[in-house]
Amino acid sequence: MSLRALSTATVVTLTGAFALVFFYAPNDADQGFIQKIFYVHVPMAMIALFGFVAGAVCAIQHLRTRESKWDLRSYVFIHLSLILGVGVLITGSIWARASWGHWWVWDEPTLVSFLIVFLLYACYQPLRFSIEDRARQARYASVFAVTAGAFVPLNFLAVRLAQAYTHPRVFATTDGGLPPKMQLTFYVALLGMTLLYVTLWRYEIAAKLARGRVRALKRKLGGDDRIVVGRSAAPQL
Amino acid sequence: MIADALPLDEAGKYVAAAYLVFLALILIYVSIMGVRLQRLQQDLDELLELAEDPGSQRPAARAAETGDPRTGTGAQR
Repeated sequence: MSLRALSTATVVTLTGAFALVFFYAPNDADQGFIQKIFYVHVPMAMIALFGFVAGAVCAIQHLRTRESKWDLRSYVFIHLSLILGVGVLITGSIWARASWGHWWVWDEPTLVSFLIVFLLYACYQPLRFSIEDRARQARYASVFAVTAGAFVPLNFLAVRLAQAYTHPRVFATTDGGLPPKMQLTFYVALLGMTLLYVTLWRYEIAAKLARGRVRALKRKLGGDDRIVVGRSAAPQL
Repeated sequence: MIADALPLDEAGKYVAAAYLVFLALILIYVSIMGVRLQRLQQDLDELLELAEDPGSQRPAARAAETGDPRTGTGAQR
């Protein structure tokens, strides 16, 4: 799919999802209108965690093949997931304040485990930045991404283990999952968020590749064939 | 632990805030991409200049001639 078609699909799906949220999905019986935050918060959290796992998978590929494209892919996955992670924490806090009366609840395993995963990945960029040698930077970053990726399932586990009254389960099959209208809205929102993530990922990759090519061309045309040494957290192509 | 549903006027503020956070994140991200695209365009303009007049713009060669290392390599971003 071309980037233009992907961007259009993203805009259409996200707009449709938000329309469904506010004009189609019913208000929650317990939480009322405030439950609408669910349709932006949960897809963001799921996609952010998926991105961390995808980053770990690409890092494994990088360690296996030593090809820099895998390091770049892993970097962009983690970079985007961190941005979504910020959104998850902020929207989660807003929802917590409205529902529970507190911005943050420290004995809530879902919240704390997500924060741990987020803070862990927040170390990824400083780690890269601290290593000047490009090959070593890519290698260490990949090892870090694989190790940190192992913590992601903990967050899913925490949701399952959490007390139902504190952090309600969304896809419970026995004691009442989402009603069909809410379910459809949620799936469209999740699809929209997935498309947004994939679109931004592809834009970022395209931008980084273009920048790398321009730099290489500049070095050649400028008569400077040496590799420019400098600190950067982004992978060098 | 879940409190009673908030009245619409109060809940609306929280819901709006959450969706605005999401939109703001996307907007900031797209703005940063825009700035980077501008930088890339500047680099392309420079490249075009170099391609049109290769003799006049050779930073490394110029650095070697003048002995000024600052004109050699650009700082890495």
